[in-house]
Amino acid sequence: MIDMFRFEDIIKAFYIAKKDIKEYYLKPPTISWGIVFPVAFTLAFILRGGHHTQEIIPGLIALALFFGTTSMAAASIVFERKIGSFERLLLFPVSYTGIALGKTLSSFMFGMVSLFATLVVVLPFILNVPAYSFFLVAVLILSALMFSAFGVFISFLIRDPTNTMMIFNSIRLPMIFLCGVFIPVSSLPLPLRLIAFLLPLTYSVEATKFAINGNYDVIPPIESILSMLIITILLILLTSIKIRRIIP
Amino acid sequence: MPPSGCCSLRDAIIAEKLTKYYGDFLAVDHISFRVRRGEIYGFLGPNGAGKTTTVRMLCGLTRISEGKAYIYGYDINRELVAVKKLIGVVQDISNLYMELSCYDNLMFCAEMYGVPRNKRKERVMDLLRFFGLEDRKHVKFKELSKGLKRRLAIAAALVHEPKLLFLDEPTIGLDVKSKRQIWSFIRKLNEEGITIFLTTHNIYEAFRLCNRIAIINRGKIIAEGTPTELRKKVSGNKIIELQVSPPIKKSAIFDSVDGIIDVKVGRDNTVYITIDDTIAALEGILRMVKKLNLEIIMLNLRGADAEDVFIKLIDRTEKNIGFSTER
Repeated sequence: MIDMFRFEDIIKAFYIAKKDIKEYYLKPPTISWGIVFPVAFTLAFILRGGHHTQEIIPGLIALALFFGTTSMAAASIVFERKIGSFERLLLFPVSYTGIALGKTLSSFMFGMVSLFATLVVVLPFILNVPAYSFFLVAVLILSALMFSAFGVFISFLIRDPTNTMMIFNSIRLPMIFLCGVFIPVSSLPLPLRLIAFLLPLTYSVEATKFAINGNYDVIPPIESILSMLIITILLILLTSIKIRRIIP
Repeated sequence: MPPSGCCSLRDAIIAEKLTKYYGDFLAVDHISFRVRRGEIYGFLGPNGAGKTTTVRMLCGLTRISEGKAYIYGYDINRELVAVKKLIGVVQDISNLYMELSCYDNLMFCAEMYGVPRNKRKERVMDLLRFFGLEDRKHVKFKELSKGLKRRLAIAAALVHEPKLLFLDEPTIGLDVKSKRQIWSFIRKLNEEGITIFLTTHNIYEAFRLCNRIAIINRGKIIAEGTPTELRKKVSGNKIIELQVSPPIKKSAIFDSVDGIIDVKVGRDNTVYITIDDTIAALEGILRMVKKLNLEIIMLNLRGADAEDVFIKLIDRTEKNIGFSTER
């Protein structure tokens, strides 16, 4: 079965995203894991941060975005596969890449909502800082796209929907400690540092740090941006291959 | 884009040695059939016969292991997107989007099928009216009854005006009233020129609705034809239904009558007599009734009905592999 991506698939991807927004944005797991949890931990760390607050804010923003986007992907894809409505998408005249892009876009848009909620909490602490605000916007948009593509890809790997959040959290939570959110990547032992370079959150944290504080730990901002772009495209393509393989 | 595959202008579907393996399990076994444009073609068989797998192969939800299939001349393996534009599919589960209203579900389908923006609303409203769902257009899918869910699922498959509609067990789990409504919709759609491929395990549904029927069992087509042709295949035997007063309790009293193959007494004391020689059997039965001084309440001679045909044909294949079906 040949899968050819056409221009009209981009429009159809937006229709899929619009449908997902109507269908899943108010679902309890999406709200709790995608908005309440990131806002709560951001607030908790800021309140306890003291003079380190400024240093951890970039990591917290990236992390909140990561939780927001991936929660939406998990809710929409795993639920649809469980009740059989995902097969409807396979019946429409749209390529598998178009479906992967549509699911990524719906998570991306939810990530923006989640980001807004987090920014409301951290805004007082970064008001007089962002020297690179355009860069910050670009980094956050690209991060949201990359995390969405990551969440969508992982969602298609999950077979049993009852394990969704357990699997997602067992991937997400270790990243908090490996990707430079609280502990700089440069201070990690070499094996863990190598793992950090394989994780998408690392590039987002590094770029966000540069955008907000004007410095980075180990990855220069341009490299972070390029890496995020490549990872995003790669994940969308891998997802389309995975969708094709779902067909028995 | 014109179709690349072989096609006669008469055929909506051509399946050639269509086969599906799930690992070592052979679910569909080299079946070939043709569905003519404009007809209702039934795929009748017991559960697990391979009906749904066949439909899934024909609409691209399952890979074809061996063989070929063409829809309106388009090769399913190579021109799947073109095929998807021509077909509507109603699966055996009502799997529209739970949180979306009837209207939003149909609008989403219209968008995904590429219905032009200026025609979408009109098309959706027409379908809601046709299926009697206009007053429920803002009701969420999850809040509809089973029957209404099926109606909306059929409407969703028709939003792009497909030439061919696949209906996989469309009335499964529905009450009699909803079933009849769905049958009436199927007939109307066919009258409007839509070719219909219907899978069902409901014998009466297939014989009532379909122009031609293929009976499938254990992944193989064991008979194909119009309902009349299929009845003829087992037409050697007829059945006499007899009610007398006082009622007959034992079937053995007809043992000496010629032309009788089998006698069964039903729960309502109706005697079902399978015969192979009508005149001899009728004469013998009437002689026996007179001799025993019984009063005839009901005497009915009929040919094999749909269920007889189905059971007989299934039994023939089962016997070949050492199983048998009881009526």
